[in-house]
Amino acid sequence: MKRFFPWLALVLAAAWVAVSWFPPKITDDAADLVTLGKIPVLVGGRVKPLDTVARNSLLIIHGKETLLLPNGEQIGAMQWLADVLFKPALADDYPVFVIQNSEVLGLFGWEQSDRKYFSFTELSPFLKQIDEQGEQADKLESVQRSAYQSAILNLRNALILCQRLKNSLRPEDAHDFSNELETYAAAIPPAAQAASQREKGETFDKAKLDSVAAFIQRYENLSSMAYLLAVPSGEGMQWQSVAENLLQTVQTGEIHPLVRTYALLGDAYHVGDQRAFNQQAALLRDWFAKEQAVATKRTSFEFLFNHVDPFTHSMVLYVLAFLLACGSWLGWNRPLNRAAFYLLLLSLAVHTFGLASRMYLQERPPVTNLYSSAIFIGWGAVIVALILERIFRDGIGAACAGAIGFITLIIAHHLAGSGDTLEMLQAVLDTNIWLATHVVAITTGYSAMFLAGMLAMIYIIRGVFTRSLKKETADSLSRMTYGVVCFATLFSFVGTVLGGIWADQSWGRFWGWDPKENGAVLIVLWCAIILHARWGGFIRQRGLMIMAIFGNVVTSFSWFGVNMLGVGLHSYGFMQKAFPWLVGFIISQLALMAVAAMPLERWRSFRGSTNGPRQKDKLDFVPPGLVERT
Amino acid sequence: MLRKLIAIITSLKLTIVCLVAAMVLIFAGTIAQVHLGIWEAQQRYFQSFFVWWPPKGRGFRIPIFPGGHLIGAVLLINLIAAHAKRFQWAWRKLGIHLTHAGLIIMLAGGLFTDLFAVESHMRLTQGDTRNYSEDPRRMELAVIDTSNPEFDQVTAIPEAVLRQGGGIEHKSLPFRVVVRHFYQNSRLHMVNESGVALQPIANQGPGAQVVVEPVPRATGVNDRDLVSAAVEIIPAKSASLGTWLVSDALGAPQTFSRDGRTWQLVMRPARYYKPYSVTLQKFTHERYAGTEIPKNFASKVTLIDPERSVNRNVLVYMNHPLRYRGETYYQAGFERDDRTSILQVVRNPSFIAPYIACIVVAAGLLVQFGYHLVGFSRRRGAVAA
Repeated sequence: MKRFFPWLALVLAAAWVAVSWFPPKITDDAADLVTLGKIPVLVGGRVKPLDTVARNSLLIIHGKETLLLPNGEQIGAMQWLADVLFKPALADDYPVFVIQNSEVLGLFGWEQSDRKYFSFTELSPFLKQIDEQGEQADKLESVQRSAYQSAILNLRNALILCQRLKNSLRPEDAHDFSNELETYAAAIPPAAQAASQREKGETFDKAKLDSVAAFIQRYENLSSMAYLLAVPSGEGMQWQSVAENLLQTVQTGEIHPLVRTYALLGDAYHVGDQRAFNQQAALLRDWFAKEQAVATKRTSFEFLFNHVDPFTHSMVLYVLAFLLACGSWLGWNRPLNRAAFYLLLLSLAVHTFGLASRMYLQERPPVTNLYSSAIFIGWGAVIVALILERIFRDGIGAACAGAIGFITLIIAHHLAGSGDTLEMLQAVLDTNIWLATHVVAITTGYSAMFLAGMLAMIYIIRGVFTRSLKKETADSLSRMTYGVVCFATLFSFVGTVLGGIWADQSWGRFWGWDPKENGAVLIVLWCAIILHARWGGFIRQRGLMIMAIFGNVVTSFSWFGVNMLGVGLHSYGFMQKAFPWLVGFIISQLALMAVAAMPLERWRSFRGSTNGPRQKDKLDFVPPGLVERT
Repeated sequence: MLRKLIAIITSLKLTIVCLVAAMVLIFAGTIAQVHLGIWEAQQRYFQSFFVWWPPKGRGFRIPIFPGGHLIGAVLLINLIAAHAKRFQWAWRKLGIHLTHAGLIIMLAGGLFTDLFAVESHMRLTQGDTRNYSEDPRRMELAVIDTSNPEFDQVTAIPEAVLRQGGGIEHKSLPFRVVVRHFYQNSRLHMVNESGVALQPIANQGPGAQVVVEPVPRATGVNDRDLVSAAVEIIPAKSASLGTWLVSDALGAPQTFSRDGRTWQLVMRPARYYKPYSVTLQKFTHERYAGTEIPKNFASKVTLIDPERSVNRNVLVYMNHPLRYRGETYYQAGFERDDRTSILQVVRNPSFIAPYIACIVVAAGLLVQFGYHLVGFSRRRGAVAA
């Protein structure tokens, strides 16, 4: 059993991961939402599959990627989107909009209860109020908004998004849209004739002109609403909405094949004819495969990426590995330790797949926004921690890898709420060289700082609360922490200066005292202080650990805190929700530092023993060249 | 005594004290930016020798913390002194020496930049040609002799001189300019506007119908001071011509005549004239399809320099500045529905320092930590064997 346990754990976990790679089965009597989900559209400046649009929109509106209907049925994002697009009257009754703020509820005369999801139908009497209140809140900077104002603005934006989706592929009141299009196309030639007659001053049939004018009016309204740009027109990023394309029909006299297919698809879905729907979906797929081969390949891959959901899987694996590694200190050491290591390797592979997929989809270096920084910080810290584990083989590296991997992916998960995490980059960020060097170096520095802090936390928690911190463990922890701080110093410094050089290249100043720059330099300074204090002999093992924990505080301030100030060129929006978490984290770290500052006699591991770190340790791991001999 | 002083100056403790002080200062300065704005906080915390605290309404101020310049200078002295005292050549110390040499370059370069770098703006609407850039943070009073049809003769009085008040004489001016009032930040109101109890401070030009309300200095991120002053023009051996209100808030220049020459008075952002000119041909602001996210800003300009017989088109866009005659032009912003482009103009003679410093320090850290790592794995190898 001891020999087989690690392999058994690995095989089970791998099987669990592998299941998600197989696409869901489509039965003949159900609408083929997989094929539809892979169809490319242009939203937010990027060509993406409808599946991504569905997930992101539902996340923005509902806060989750699935929807629980009142009848207890749970539907996926694609199902929801299809209903919104083609059966808007049905979707209007879905409880998707989140309202938790009691003042917003009070605006509608509702009391706060345990319900927090409301449907469009329920909100429709208040649309005008919501729009006015939201517009007022929109005029303020995000930092200045009260909780009520943020909530009403979010609600307004969610309603707008929902309305735009409903009017993306067809007017929300359409029933037989394909028929409508045929009528429209048929009405154009007689109207053109009437128009030329009018120009020549001859008698003309006004009714013929008016019928087309009514259509044009209808499609102009529709095109001002449309959220999806579904029809590629010409080279590159030139996409149109269905309505825009229909307005061109006046000149060409022809309905674009894609528009016609979308209309038939929508009609089929509207009346519940699954077979016809599946036929049209297949036609869409074939059209894009032929006309937009590159985009289709990418969107199919993105569909797979959405479906596999690598980060959620590796998050779970990291937790398991962390628990196994911690368990290994209590007993059954080797098998648990080994199992933890294998699970971490698997988790890292899945994590790497996710990271690489994002790079492929975006054609960018790994870090482009706050979300991806969390993904990358976790990834970097896990790799360094696994290297430590390979060297020391005592479960400490494995525990750190599991904990940091899990925490950073949780943070990423919560940062994803604002929509598309593969969003396009602001003009100044549009440079792969600096993203690949400066941003990667800085975030690697963050990784190392958090890893050092994590090692120090293990030292203190094991030392104070358990008897498991032996002399050798304490020494190796101290060596690891020191080494990782050195690593952090190198990357933070290089990253900070590269950032300065980038700023010099694009804004004309090397250093602008921008909050994000200040945050970065705080990390460099703290690293320098730790190293100099160690070399000067002002601190020993315990001091190093306390200072490394404070490194967590400095790094979290630099990573998140400065963004919350709402000033400067690096502020990517105020994250009100994250603020209490950041404060909580900082307080916990300060508390741990206070615990560590207790006299060593109180530490369980050192009570009554003489081999605690109180003894003067002779800087044994510092090469002689470093110690100042005065 | 001297020995003790040297011991302090070269001590590692001083280094650590300075580094901790720097952290506290940077943290406080960053938080202060929320209320003061980046520029003001930078002046008070980082580009000063002390951070001052003025108790409310007392009229004096107390230094409460060392400022950026003081900490930087002490750190620089400490660094140089420690190395001068203890320097000994050894291969194993190469990393340390390189790291600290790089830091010296960086700190010195930073100080140099603070002292000598000049930042200004060039604001161009399509078709405009400029041979000067403007400093949006400092004003000047331009006294312009427009009587020669060939050229204008400009005498510019800097804001700092106006602030001191008193009479100003210059050989190009046949009169004295006497500053009667100076307001660092002000609001202008019409005399007959309700609720204003102030009297006009000028008796010539539009300023005679306007009163000036002094207001506290602007602190917001996007706010700036509206500088105003009242100046009296007094020709030599003659009576005063009157007092004019000159203000950032008054747009057009004001004109007066004296001895057959016509003069203009205008308060405007301080100008830096250049021996060449820049013409904006076209400004483009691209967005990603179907969004408002900016994809690129670009200014196509023509650079004309008769001295060096240069006449060429240049594209200035994000991350691709124009470097010319010691100045660098960056695409900084745009205005008025994308018709006006704002270029940031920087003259920074020490811009190369950080580049060198970065390479030297990075090399130093790599050597040093590499040395650790090799030593560490060698010892582990020895233990394992």
